[in-house]
Amino acid sequence: MTWIDKPKVKWAGQKSNELGLTLRDYEGGLSTLCAGCGHDSVTAAIVQAFWDLAIRPEQVIKLSGIGCSSKTPAYFLSGAHGLNSVHGRMPSVATGALAANRDLIAVGISGDGDSLSIGFGQFAHAVRRNLNVLYLIENNGVYGLTKGQFSASSDPGSKAKKGEENRAQAIDPVASAITLGGSFAARSFSGDKEQLVPLIKAGLAHPGCAVIDIISPCVTFNDHEGSTKSYAWTRAHREAANLADLVPPAKAIEASYADGQTLPIKLHDGSVIELTKLDPDYDPTDRARALQYLESHRAARQIVTGLLYIDSEQPTLNDIAGTAKKPLTEFEFDELNPGSAALAELQKHMK
Amino acid sequence: MKPTDTSDPDYFHRVVDCQWGCPAHTDVPEYIRLIAQGEFTDAYMVNRESNVFPGILGRVCDRPCEPVCRRARIDEKPVAICRLKRVAADHKEDIRERLPIIPEKKNGKKIALVGAGCASLTVCNDLMPLGYECAVFEALPVPGGLMRSNIPAFRLPAEVLDEEIDYITDMGVDLRLNSPIESMKALLDEGYDAIFVGSGAPKGKELDIPGRQEGKDNIHIGIEWLESVAFGHIKKIGRKVLIIGVGNTAMDCCRTSLRLGADDVKVMARKPRGFFKASDWELEDAEEELVEIVINHSPKSFVVEDGRLKGMIFEVMEYDIEDGKITDTRVVDETFIEADDVILAIGQETAFPWIERDIGIEFNEWDEPEVDRTTYQSTLPGVFFGGDAAFGPENIIWAVEHGHQAAISIHNQVHGKSVDDRLPDTMNLSSRKMGIHEWSYSNSFEPAARRKMEHVPLSERFKNLGTEVELGFNAEQTACEVERCLNCDIQTVFTDELCIECDACVDICPTQCLTITENGEEDELRQRLTAPADNLDQALFVSGGLEQTGRIMVKDENVCVHCGLCAERCPTAAWDMQKSLLEIGYAADHDVTPCPIRKTG
Repeated sequence: MTWIDKPKVKWAGQKSNELGLTLRDYEGGLSTLCAGCGHDSVTAAIVQAFWDLAIRPEQVIKLSGIGCSSKTPAYFLSGAHGLNSVHGRMPSVATGALAANRDLIAVGISGDGDSLSIGFGQFAHAVRRNLNVLYLIENNGVYGLTKGQFSASSDPGSKAKKGEENRAQAIDPVASAITLGGSFAARSFSGDKEQLVPLIKAGLAHPGCAVIDIISPCVTFNDHEGSTKSYAWTRAHREAANLADLVPPAKAIEASYADGQTLPIKLHDGSVIELTKLDPDYDPTDRARALQYLESHRAARQIVTGLLYIDSEQPTLNDIAGTAKKPLTEFEFDELNPGSAALAELQKHMK
Repeated sequence: MKPTDTSDPDYFHRVVDCQWGCPAHTDVPEYIRLIAQGEFTDAYMVNRESNVFPGILGRVCDRPCEPVCRRARIDEKPVAICRLKRVAADHKEDIRERLPIIPEKKNGKKIALVGAGCASLTVCNDLMPLGYECAVFEALPVPGGLMRSNIPAFRLPAEVLDEEIDYITDMGVDLRLNSPIESMKALLDEGYDAIFVGSGAPKGKELDIPGRQEGKDNIHIGIEWLESVAFGHIKKIGRKVLIIGVGNTAMDCCRTSLRLGADDVKVMARKPRGFFKASDWELEDAEEELVEIVINHSPKSFVVEDGRLKGMIFEVMEYDIEDGKITDTRVVDETFIEADDVILAIGQETAFPWIERDIGIEFNEWDEPEVDRTTYQSTLPGVFFGGDAAFGPENIIWAVEHGHQAAISIHNQVHGKSVDDRLPDTMNLSSRKMGIHEWSYSNSFEPAARRKMEHVPLSERFKNLGTEVELGFNAEQTACEVERCLNCDIQTVFTDELCIECDACVDICPTQCLTITENGEEDELRQRLTAPADNLDQALFVSGGLEQTGRIMVKDENVCVHCGLCAERCPTAAWDMQKSLLEIGYAADHDVTPCPIRKTG
């Protein structure tokens, strides 16, 4: 843990975004995670993405469960709303928050323990219902907070710090999200902000549940030889299918995509997720092909990254459930609480 | 770019902007830390090693360190380095027993020094501990040179001057006061092993315009007038005084005038602000005393009526200025300004009427001696120049550095070694790591603004010529100001092989000065860093190829606040905070004699 505050230095050359805020204005408290933790890089990528998009921090709600990953909302956007919930229950809280106020920009931060073990059921239903949340899984393949046991995403054959080999199968959150009917499934690496920051922006713009599985190495318990979630292994085995970029509505109108190298995915708000194909054969709108692609690379022990599946047309949970269009806080008391007569009228139909 | 060679002492030295900017390379961050710990005597001694006169310089140094201070690139005002130096000098204990022991048995080498100013005294300071016999010839009845004669006592009290000069003369210097040297030839014939000329630049420049002769009783040459005031020969001046010129001497002249009875003092500048030679703080101090600085007035003539000076006629100028440079000049008007006295402070130059031109000391076209910029030797081996005498008027701190360098040359010369045989600077690095997140320096950033020096009230300060205007920092001001120092000598040292490219340092850096990226040419690389590195005066640190991706770590030194967070957040200690200690070779470090065989056992 660092004892000093990160200096608030106003140096020449510091830039401001459209709101007049600097990158530093999107930070939170100083991290108490281990030095070198991938999660801190994810935090930095989130700060960068929100600053780039000039989102007002008070529009945002940060949600998390339990674990190293779930501590990280404290380290970004100190001006945002937030709730650090029960282990694995971040999706339920996010569902409630969005039901009450669909205008909130919800960022759920979870880990492989929080989402793929204790919270796997919650994860599945958030994806299936297309809850409008940016769902980041900081995936390090290990239970760091309880000192290095294998997690549900540890690859079979990978080794723990003391040499023990994992024999159980691994859950791939990206493949799971796709099979669960997810509308946005991506993978990235904490050590590659050039890929991660645009993916986060695309996830924020995507209407629905944007799952980004971020390989985020645990320097303390899972960065050794034999680990398949270490910095070195990830760098050596990752294979980017494409590079995403978010083009705002004003610019999207002018853009042309005739070269066949770039795949534009239009969103309802007029913005475009621009995918530069690194693998010319890959089509992230083809669900069967995506699963096949993931499987063949898994078998070859390769880590596929990029925006791997997207369907921007799916309705979100708010649309499906027909929740109130305006936040509950903006209703008058009488509207929210029509009184016992109205209740009696409603109950008549239930008898 | 090629990987940065941090084994070159200049690399880390440049990072310590103040030390690099100081001609004598004073270890500023080190003495500021010592002041922070209340170790004033130690802080004074760190200063004394390089600049010899901390008490004097803590008041009147031209502060080349401050404009370059990194802090000035962060919150506009640099650390008050000079004022802190004075704190160390004012609060130190007796330092006499820390001064070098002067050997009783001399080395048989006799040096003559002309002028008892800061350059000559520095040579004595460096050579006396080595067993030299130094004879200093001074024309005036007191030592100190321009520090005594040209800097008014309200800026530099005589006690401070006496104390620091005494430290040197008490080493056994043969100080011959009232002994002007009339002939270099005669001095050479006296058989000294070496001669050092530190006679300053004693000739004030003239202003030959109509009326100069007629009005001469009330027209004074700045440095001569200041000297007369310093020695009590002049005690008053007229009510209305014009100062011609706007350098630091002009500032001393105008403020001195106010203390001798003037109440309407104007400093007449030919050019607009921004072209003044005076230091900003000296201008501020003068304006605080209600001196009027009149710009764009070029002297045309003195007006003398009935043998008495009435004032001056000035041409009113207009300038076209582009990018801070004057591109065109016009006279737009003429004006008369009343004056009882006029002081000319338009510069000064060296004068060597006493050096014969046929003895082997060459002079250049401006009648200045040919002096080597490294060895300070003239064209006559064994004769050295330093201070203002060498290259014209500079500042005390430059003269001190000249003295150090000349002392090395003299030491070599008299022992039959080449004067060019000089030790290079070396750099020592040692980690400041104390624990997992503890460093043996104050790495927390102090956001406070520069502390303001308190002055004696205007109503008090004119009563006595010797009343020192600046009160010095009090304890609270000192405690705050020392923390403003960014500890630039606590270097960020990177070890390529240890880096796992986790980005922790890049993410934590409060000023975005780190980047891990592909290598490239410097111009292009500077633009694609986390924050563009637009300050080309500041170096980029570039690592070798990193193990996992072959990319490089780049650090823009420009606005690094040396908080150490990169090192704290580094899981592999690839970054470490290490103090750089510059080892400068002085005369004593230049071994000129074979090591004597010592008895053992």
